[in-house]
Formats: sequence, structure tokens, C-alpha cells
Amino acid sequence: MTTGFWHQVRAVVDRDLLRERRSGDVLWITIPFGALALLLVPLAVGTDAELLREIGVGMYWVVVMLFGVLVAVGKASRETLPQQDASSLLGLDPAAGFIGRTASSTVLLLAFEVVVGIVAVGLYNIDVLGPGWLILTLSIAAIGLALLGTLTAAIVNSSSAGAALVPLLVAPLSVPLLLGATQAYDGLRYGHAILSWVLLMVAVVVVVAMIGVLAARPLQES
Amino acid sequence: MVLDSVGVQIGSTLILRDVNLEITAGEVVGLFGANGAGKTTALRLIATLIRPAQGSGVVLGADLASPERYDVRRRIGMVGHVPGLFPELTLAENLRYAGRVAGVSLDRVDEVLAAVGLSGAANRLAGASSHGMQRRTEFARELMIDRSLLLLDEPHSALDRDAVDLVEGLIERKAAEGGAVVVVSHDRDRINAIAHRSVELTGGTLT
Repeated sequence: MTTGFWHQVRAVVDRDLLRERRSGDVLWITIPFGALALLLVPLAVGTDAELLREIGVGMYWVVVMLFGVLVAVGKASRETLPQQDASSLLGLDPAAGFIGRTASSTVLLLAFEVVVGIVAVGLYNIDVLGPGWLILTLSIAAIGLALLGTLTAAIVNSSSAGAALVPLLVAPLSVPLLLGATQAYDGLRYGHAILSWVLLMVAVVVVVAMIGVLAARPLQES
Repeated sequence: MVLDSVGVQIGSTLILRDVNLEITAGEVVGLFGANGAGKTTALRLIATLIRPAQGSGVVLGADLASPERYDVRRRIGMVGHVPGLFPELTLAENLRYAGRVAGVSLDRVDEVLAAVGLSGAANRLAGASSHGMQRRTEFARELMIDRSLLLLDEPHSALDRDAVDLVEGLIERKAAEGGAVVVVSHDRDRINAIAHRSVELTGGTLT
């Protein structure tokens, strides 16, 4: 991967973040709806503080997974054919495009995780344990979801099946991330080893990243 | 550029069939055809963006069916009927993005915007700009990046008289520099005035 490759990655990241800054989709739509989803659960189960604390982390990660994938899929799939053609004719390496879109989605997902996390701590009275591990887990989850969403969008764009494929592709691959994130928190809470769960998440990230980079060109050309 | 008995299939429909076309350096070729005749598909084929289902083709020395076509894309400019700008970026930011991806100096952004008469609109969002301004910006992009082959889909559409003169100047200059230009249009008189020769697409076949 040459210097030109990483310049292209940087150009795509800057472009996507600028587009988000101007459109405000994540800030004004996704984050409020994510927070609202977390708010609905206490309304449904009542004011049992212990129960809410028990299910809080799981609910937080479910919301992050569902909304996070939507953010990444939405960001990556909103390029029109003329925009894609223009980028191709500028010589944009599809792998650079994939990495750039993933990186910009990761930034947005981290912001989503932090804001919704603050809401979850307030609503569910969740204990913030092991800040170092927590930051690591949040970061890996954000990268994993961004990769998953960007890859899914690329597959959907290249397939005649369209958006109907999204749940089928996302569900099986997001389960290890969800499992790893919730079990890592439980490990911190009950004093169990969490490294294996973090490694599971890292493995998912590595596998999806490799598939995404290697498949970027074939998916674009199909 | 040579297309030899090329056919293009999209889904189960054969859009182009048995297309034979040769374009040499410095040549301006007009491409006519009714709606749905396959003109835009032909442009995307020449731009190496789609592969032929039948026959063979070579564009800027690259076989259309081989991966070597990726390497020549950077030398092919295309201004489509629908602009490919990002609406949330300003006109200048769209050009800067294009320049960064293509690896060209960004020093010329102001110069090419001035050349297409958009100096005063550089900071206007593409999404808030008229269709004509967006097309001018795409022509500015083609001025900024050195291309060997220029593909223009209805280049006179949505442009005022000044912009039409600009486009025709760009076509003449590109041909004089040894580049090739393919111009798709419904306006035969206008294209015949600037093209060295013209071909017509009828039912997916060139005549």
C-alpha cells in the first residue's frame, strides 16, 4: 500500500466526515433515537432499579449494535452511481475507499457509543468498571460494526437483492461482537478473565477487515 | 480505442450488441441515439466501468476484459448527464476531493473554477447549486486533471451560452493536445459542428 493509497484513504475520511457534519444524520437522528430506545425499556419493565442495572449493559450493546450497523450501512450505501463512477475515474482504489468509509463510520460510531453510553449509565445506573478495558471494548466494537456495515453496504450495492440482504448479512457477524462486548463487561463485574472475549472481538474485526479489503474490487466491479 | 463486436448485457437484457468502433488520438466523435438506445451504457463501457459480455475492446491500451483496465481509468474523464458531485460539499471542496484522490496539485482549484465562471460560487454547496453550475464544476474537474480520453454525455444540457462556448473550447483543446473525445447528444447540428465524425446507436447497435 503506497503513500498515494493512504492519501486516498484520508481524502475519503475527510469527505465523509464533512458530509456528516453538514447533514447531521448521526447527531440529530441516530443518537436521539438510540437514546429513546434505551428510555423505552425502563418504561416497559418499570422502576425495578436492580433489574434495570442487571439488564442495562445488555440493552446498551443491543442498541449500539442495531443503530451502529444502520449508521455504517447508511453512510456507505448513500453514494449514487454517478458519484461512484466519478471516484472510480479519479483512480480511487476500492480498498482505500473501503478503509476510508470504515474509518469515518468508526469515528461516528464512537461518538454514538459515548453519548448513548452516558444516557445508559444515567438511566440504568450502570457501574463504569475498568475504564481502560471499557475504552478498548468500545473501540473494537466501533471498528467491528463500521467494518460490518461498510462491507454489508458494498455487498448490497453490488447485488440485485438490495437492502433485503442487510439483516441476513449483519445478524450472524454481529453476534460475536455483541457476545464479546457483554461478556467482557460481565468479566469485569464478576472478576473473571476477559481477554478471551476481547480477542474474540479482535478476531471478528480482523476477519471482516480482510474480507472487506480483498473483496472491495470484485464487489465494485460486479 | 477499439471496440470489436462488443455486446453489453445488464441483468438479462442485452443493451449493446455487435458494436464496432475505432477512435484515434486527436479525434472527436459524436454519438447519437434515441432515448434508451444505449448511449450512456456505451460511454460507461468506453470508460472501462462495465465489462463487455461479448466481443473485445481496448481502451488506452488496456483490454476491457482484463484487470489492466483499472490502471487507465485515471486517464479517462467523464461528465455524465447526472452530476456526480457530493451535495453536502461545496463546489470547491468537491474539486479538492477529486484532486486529492487523483493525486494532483490543489493549487489549480481556484484557477479552474475561474475558468468555468464559478469563482464567486466556490463556497456554495453543490446540493444548493443549479444543475448547470454542477455541470460546470465537473468540467472544471476535467480541466484540473490531465485526461487522455474525455467522454461527455449531453454536454450542452443545462448550460448557458458562455458555458457552451467553454465546453466546446475544452473539446477542441483536448483534441488539439492529442486526446480523444466522445460526445453524446441529441443535438445533431451542434455536435456535427465540432465532431470529426458521428455514429448513431439504434437498438443497441452502431450504424
